Amino acid sequence: MLSKRVIPCLDVHDGRTVKGINFVDLIDAGDPVEQAKLYNDLGADEICFLDISATNEGRKTLFNIVSKVAESCFIPLTVGGGIKNNLDINNLLKSGADKVSINSAAVFKPSLIKEASDSFGCQCIVLAIDAYKDQSNYKSGYNVSTHGGKKKTDIDALEWAIEGEKNGAGEILLTSMNADGTKLGYDIELTSKISTEVSIPVIASGGAGKPIDMVNVLKKGNASAVLAASIFHFGIYSIENVKKEMLKYRIPVRNTW
Amino acid sequence: MFVLIIDYGSGNIKSVYNSIKKTLYNFNEFSEVKVSRNLSEIKKADKIILPGVGSFDQCMSRIRKIKDLVETLKDEVITKKKPFLGICVGMQILADYGYENQKTKGLSWINGDVKPLKNFLENSKNFKIPHMGWNSLSIYKNNNLLNDITANDQFYFVHSYFFDIKHKKNIICNTQYGINIPAIVNQDNIFGFQFHPEKSGRSGLKILYNWLKLSL
Repeated sequence: MLSKRVIPCLDVHDGRTVKGINFVDLIDAGDPVEQAKLYNDLGADEICFLDISATNEGRKTLFNIVSKVAESCFIPLTVGGGIKNNLDINNLLKSGADKVSINSAAVFKPSLIKEASDSFGCQCIVLAIDAYKDQSNYKSGYNVSTHGGKKKTDIDALEWAIEGEKNGAGEILLTSMNADGTKLGYDIELTSKISTEVSIPVIASGGAGKPIDMVNVLKKGNASAVLAASIFHFGIYSIENVKKEMLKYRIPVRNTW
Repeated sequence: MFVLIIDYGSGNIKSVYNSIKKTLYNFNEFSEVKVSRNLSEIKKADKIILPGVGSFDQCMSRIRKIKDLVETLKDEVITKKKPFLGICVGMQILADYGYENQKTKGLSWINGDVKPLKNFLENSKNFKIPHMGWNSLSIYKNNNLLNDITANDQFYFVHSYFFDIKHKKNIICNTQYGINIPAIVNQDNIFGFQFHPEKSGRSGLKILYNWLKLSL
């Protein structure tokens, strides 16, 4: 049976981890390579890097990081943040990324997903959607935002997801901007709305505070995977804690302990 | 031991290289791994790996574009019986035909066709396509390749098409995703993995080690 995936996400700024695990046994807590190795050893099913560098120089260090992580972590590696064209994607895949997640750039240039999928295969193209609740939206009730949620658009999130699938995205990384950072649980309504309408896997993101939140969005939101950052970084819960909670509710997991 | 990974301009070959390199540390004899499309290197190699990401038709056309590659591979693998491993699409193109994007002739080293999963999973909303993530293997036929592999071992799959094998004797393992999907196929010295061993953590490295050890 296919396991539901648990994916820790690392925010990287100019080559350094911004939110990292505060574990004493780490030689360098700001080093994304060390962090990724640790998550790999702790049972992550995939690792996601989100590059929030503001400069091109900062961004270049990412290739180096990805290539070092790929040397020691033999699990899938997704990289997102600031990807604008096929050249960026090619550079990341060559460095050792398995998938790239495309967010704002797809909104400005909807053909990007199709171009990328045609060139590199749908298996490595993740459409990242940052959705927020909009009461004037009578379709799905959620709109798409860009620039890490800073800019709102009037694009309907559900229609955008369906179009993304048509254009060849292999997966959707769905972040609820309303739930993000609250630690009050994932947006189950949003996740379920999108996931039941597309046939590609949906990764739920934003709002994880405790392991039961993961259980809920996997069960009720029909997500294929859960992504989280701070719940793992601050060491409150481990990946093992989450997987054991999932097992209690008979959700298939990859046993890594 | 000299392991050669065929570079035909397809996907993330670096991960395959990294995982083989790491696995080779466990062997006492002098070993090396190279990525190349040079026919003389293929002839020198003790073991050949054909990775693959992308579509069946793309992979086949890229392989056929490299002059004499198919003939050289046939000579080394079919005639000389050199150990061969195809990964993901690299395994699928061993088939007679593939139906991704268009009907494309494969290498016909293992009989069967590569068909879209969605045609077999149509009535079930529970099965997302691609089949993406970690899944376990169910053993169909014992093989030394499976030494130390238990029900706890899971492997990373990502594919929308599957190898519909004609003769059951060619199946070593299946994986369950609505239907039985051949996960490890075999014909003499030829093996194929539908999953990505280079992305399957410790379990993946274990099975690569077993494969490298098979004919020693």
